[in-house]
Amino acid sequence: MKQLSLDVNIAGIKMKNPVMTASGTFGYGLEYSQLIDIENFGAIVTKTVTLEPRIGNPQPRIVETASGMLNSIGLQNPGAKIFIKEKLPKLKEYEVPIIANISGRNETDFVKLAGLLKDIGLSGLELNISCPNVEHSGLFAQNADTTYKLVNKVRKVTGLPLIVKLTPNVTDVTLIAGAAEDGGADAISLINTLIGMSIDIQTKKPKLANVVGGLSGPAVKPVALRMVYEASKKVSIPVIGMGGIVTSDDAIEFLLAGASAVALGTVNFVNPNTCCEIIDGIKIYMRDNKFNKISDITGRVK
Amino acid sequence: MKIFSVKKEIIENKKISAGCYRITFESRKIACMAKPGQFLHIKCSDTYDPLLRRPISIHSVENNVIEILYKVVGRGTGLLSEKSCGDSIDVMGPLGNGFDYQSLVTCHLSPILVGGGIGIAPLYFLARKLVEKYSNVTVLIGADAKHNILCVDKLKKLGCRVKVSTNDGSTGINGTVVNLLKKELSPENVKLKIFACGPIPMLKQINRLVSVYNVSSQVSLEKRMACGIGACMGCIIKVKNGYKRVCKDGPVFDIKEVIWEDL
Ligand SMILES: Cc1cc2nc3c(=O)[nH]c(=O)nc-3n(C[C@H](O)[C@H](O)[C@H](O)COP(=O)(O)OP(=O)(O)OC[C@H]3O[C@@H](n4cnc5c(N)ncnc54)[C@H](O)[C@@H]3O)c2cc1C
Ligand SMILES: Cc1cc2nc3c(=O)[nH]c(=O)nc-3n(C[C@H](O)[C@H](O)[C@H](O)COP(=O)(O)O)c2cc1C
Ligand code: FES
Repeated sequence: MKQLSLDVNIAGIKMKNPVMTASGTFGYGLEYSQLIDIENFGAIVTKTVTLEPRIGNPQPRIVETASGMLNSIGLQNPGAKIFIKEKLPKLKEYEVPIIANISGRNETDFVKLAGLLKDIGLSGLELNISCPNVEHSGLFAQNADTTYKLVNKVRKVTGLPLIVKLTPNVTDVTLIAGAAEDGGADAISLINTLIGMSIDIQTKKPKLANVVGGLSGPAVKPVALRMVYEASKKVSIPVIGMGGIVTSDDAIEFLLAGASAVALGTVNFVNPNTCCEIIDGIKIYMRDNKFNKISDITGRVK
Repeated sequence: MKIFSVKKEIIENKKISAGCYRITFESRKIACMAKPGQFLHIKCSDTYDPLLRRPISIHSVENNVIEILYKVVGRGTGLLSEKSCGDSIDVMGPLGNGFDYQSLVTCHLSPILVGGGIGIAPLYFLARKLVEKYSNVTVLIGADAKHNILCVDKLKKLGCRVKVSTNDGSTGINGTVVNLLKKELSPENVKLKIFACGPIPMLKQINRLVSVYNVSSQVSLEKRMACGIGACMGCIIKVKNGYKRVCKDGPVFDIKEVIWEDL
């Protein structure tokens, strides 16, 4: 029998398996390193880093919902300086590609950040454009034009593989996916969280201090899968699929729908060993279905 | 520091009073590392609903046997209470910082443990450690009524001096545990260290009280948690010099460090 190969190459990022972490659910990798071997992941995507430190939103920030959760963390992070000086050097001790997820209020923020994060040992950048664009109304990722312009500007200042992360809170995700590709993205990732809400019927107040928050976990999987399916048909760059993955079957569904790799988010909170379980499950599936490599699965939905 | 994620067989899940249960299981790894004030992050459901783990304090560690004491307040703890001997329990831990009781000797301080309701859960583990070294451990326990006063006999057995209060006067003094604490404090006796766990209003009252007497105090706080390990920033609280994660930098905090108006 031929040797199974799980390694993938996403836009030049060489990973030994297609299972990555989803931004914001794995910190900067260091907390989880006390519990699991973080080198098991194909790549580690960091919590969003912004130019300046951010204190995030008031409490409560998380609420559990049916098979899911809402969060309004508000991109709390220590800022680029501390990320570069304190977090990254420790994370770099591990033999695993590191992708920094970055965000900003305007194009200038993104460009400055991309500039700061050059030549410091990162394997790639992921742009979190599901954030308000302070110079225009709405989120960057809710408009094809602002998406194109932003990606294009960042593209010009970095040679690192560039992943653009899309929000599901749009009418037609293929338009944004196309704009990201045209702007020079090397890959796209989706989905970020779905905007949702929850109310305490006794106090009659929203359960999140921020009123609304991002829904994640198993509850969002069908929506995420549909969007990965649509987006991957539209673009020719690799797609990283995420949203509600908890089992290897879920991960395989995303691959079949068109993803070249997958990311684990909320499930890290529930079962930190999921990465290994998914890799084992994918191996069995490949053997049973006579697939030799991950790309044989990608987009094979009939 | 090492954290473990283990599935263990439940030795016993015993109802100890209305709505309160105690689970025992064996884990050598967790037992070796566990410190009073630390907690376990427990998966209560075998499915993905409810999805998140629930933080529960370590109540006791003896040899390799671990105990948790919990109150049924919702779906997660409800599911936990339905588990039987022989079922498996999925726990992550030990997590958090734990109480700092090492400085007691050097500063010649006498410990006073103050537990409100189920807040006694982590304090029993602390009491067990303290009686190994001190003969003067005081434990103040308060609850709404007699059936919610837990652990009195076993704390007495350890040799602790135990005082009880209930809001309805069904046992102990008629009042709150803060009333009990007031009686222990005096301007002459500041060589004390308080370790408190309970509802926020109780902790706020203790804060006001000890700021008058300037008694060193530690409190164990609760926030809703997702990861429990310090990665998601879901459980932060405001402290004097910024923000801290209850799961990783806490759950035990110096009483002076907490911004009480924000809780
Ligand atoms: C560090 C730590 C240690 C703890 N130790 C113990 C222990 O030893 N024994 C014990 O019985 N409990 C303990 N708790 C509390 C316990 O985690 C909650 O009671 C439990 O998560 C409730 O889960 P549930 O699914 O049963 O209730 P849910 O259905 O989630 O909630 C029931 C009700 O409680 C509220 N609630 C739930 N969790 C919290 C929270 N963290 N803060 C404020 N409100 C909340 C909900 O809003 C709801 O009204 C601890 C909490 C923390 C953070
Ligand atoms: C607590 C929490 C924090 C998150 N923080 C970020 C973030 O900082 N940047 C980002 O791009 N996505 C963030 N996300 C979104 C996840 O990366 C992921 O896109 C989403 O949760 C869907 O995947 P899941 O269902 O597997 O969690 C966060 C999600 C959660 C649950
Ligand atoms: S629960 Fe995730 S940081 Fe505390």
